[in-house]
Amino acid sequence: MEISGSLNAIGYGLSAIGGAIGVGLVFYAYITGVARQPEAQRVLQPIAFLGLAFTEALAILGLVLAFILG
Amino acid sequence: MIALALPAATTGEGFVPPTTDELHLPDVLPWAADYGTGVGKQMILVLLSVVIIAWFFSKAAKKQALVPSKLQLVGEMGYGLVRDSIGKDIIGQRDFLKFVPLLFTVFFFVLVNNIYGAIPLIQLPSFSHPGSAYVLAGIIYVLWITIGIRKHGIGYFKMVVVPSGVPWPLLIILIPIEIISNFLVRPITHSLRLFATMMAGHLIVLLAGSGIEYLLVLQDNIFLQATSVLVLVGGVAMYMLEALIMVIQAYVFTLLTAIYIQGALADEH
Repeated sequence: MEISGSLNAIGYGLSAIGGAIGVGLVFYAYITGVARQPEAQRVLQPIAFLGLAFTEALAILGLVLAFILG
Repeated sequence: MIALALPAATTGEGFVPPTTDELHLPDVLPWAADYGTGVGKQMILVLLSVVIIAWFFSKAAKKQALVPSKLQLVGEMGYGLVRDSIGKDIIGQRDFLKFVPLLFTVFFFVLVNNIYGAIPLIQLPSFSHPGSAYVLAGIIYVLWITIGIRKHGIGYFKMVVVPSGVPWPLLIILIPIEIISNFLVRPITHSLRLFATMMAGHLIVLLAGSGIEYLLVLQDNIFLQATSVLVLVGGVAMYMLEALIMVIQAYVFTLLTAIYIQGALADEH
């Protein structure tokens, strides 16, 4: 069996694991916080999305590089 | 995605997944492309978005009834979201009002341009080309540096780059990191986050579409054709997810704009 294609796809898939774990942790903390103290949601929401944006950054750079170098 | 796992069966031709070339549609004015001013679909959509936003909000704000109509309610809710949950909560009570028009414009500009990707027949987010995202993030980049310099003078750069309360040997490592993270990576990620999510979302929907076409139209086997239903279900689910991501990305872009402005206005790093 012959497999052809770019290794970039595999590389990007591997790099997305890190971002996935990070985003999961961010929202885990956010959900736990809101569940314990529902009135804190307004305060926590921008922080959670900020954390999402920062953790996501590396995965996005990986996606762009996978396309550029491919 | 199921289509990718299938053998290149009866027709003899394998499945060809869509590539990034699909994002470069032919020019609207073909003769203009020779002069390097090709007007693509994305440009038309950006211009259209300005018209849509201006039309919608001037209509929503025209009659300010005490009991708001549906249109006025939607307009006021959008304004309230940007003003309170992004402007007031992030930039702070003292000087957020100055920046509400900017945040409002950025939020709805990005939102309408993203939502294009979820509208049938248009089905192309304007930010699926990186150029428009670079420009938008570049404007914000120049803006928050200008705000910082006007507020703190030229010492603003020192304030951003040198963290306070750190023993001096560490500064040798920290200063280059701070320069790179604040002045290089920040605008790059700000623009690429928007571009990459839009492009990836568009490609996923395209992939599902071409998978359905391959299974349903190009196959002879009735059982293979039936599996296209699975791809359709998965494709609709991805489409819903993308619609959610489009709204979230508009929110995140505006939120980051507010955070950068707040960082430039803050007294201490």
